[in-house]
Amino acid sequence: MNETDLHFFIDSTVNYFEEITGEQAVTGIPYLKGKEPVVLDYSGIIGISGKRKGCVYITTTREMLKTLANIILDDNEATLETVKDLTGEIANTISGNVREAYGSSFMISVPVVIEGRAKDIRLPEHVQTFVIPITWKDFKSFLVVCLE
Amino acid sequence: MRARTKLLIVDDSLTIRQAIERNLKEFSLEVVGSTGNGKTALELFRNLEPDVVTLDITMPELDGITVLEEMMKMRNDVKIMVITALKDKATGLRAIQIGAKSYLVKPFTSEKLKAAFARMLGTN
Repeated sequence: MNETDLHFFIDSTVNYFEEITGEQAVTGIPYLKGKEPVVLDYSGIIGISGKRKGCVYITTTREMLKTLANIILDDNEATLETVKDLTGEIANTISGNVREAYGSSFMISVPVVIEGRAKDIRLPEHVQTFVIPITWKDFKSFLVVCLE
Repeated sequence: MRARTKLLIVDDSLTIRQAIERNLKEFSLEVVGSTGNGKTALELFRNLEPDVVTLDITMPELDGITVLEEMMKMRNDVKIMVITALKDKATGLRAIQIGAKSYLVKPFTSEKLKAAFARMLGTN
């Protein structure tokens, strides 16, 4: 993975929040994931296959998801089911949009959603994993990208 | 009295299915079915005979491109709008070649969805 790859994911993430909410998300400086876990309340994981292999996940808080769901559905009644579902949908959209850069050989899986603060999400050890901090409104999230 | 246009919503995200249904209310459609699974989508399509379908691509069991091909084989007069996160040109082109009338990339605003839907129905 190189800087260009990271930019594709950063652009896709910024575009997601801007398009849905009209408000830009701010991404922090990406860093290499170490041994410390990067897991918040809900995590949406997408497996990548084809020319590139690996996985991408977004991990975020229940509050951020509720706020976003209320905007998308234009009400104030986001259920836990909606919040969980939305985690997978964000991961799917961010990963699917980067096909604009990578093309159709960048295959994405359906999302898997993990609820609750797991100890960590296991990633391939031989591949560098980057963490992109995201701030939207006052909510913190992380996009984790692990690509061969 | 003219029957209302029948809509089938296919997307593996519950949130997106709800958003599509709410946003398209103003078109006075009858939502006859809603599912997150490609295989179920084909069964619903066969049984409910919708006039219009919104169709995701990345789905469990059967992907949206295969579903689109099958639907077009069954009834090529149906209007299908593909709504997907897959932003590459090749997939968009493929969907249109198979017979999709419209290809909308997620994320979408309600305005974009309504405008694309109106264009597809020829009501704008």
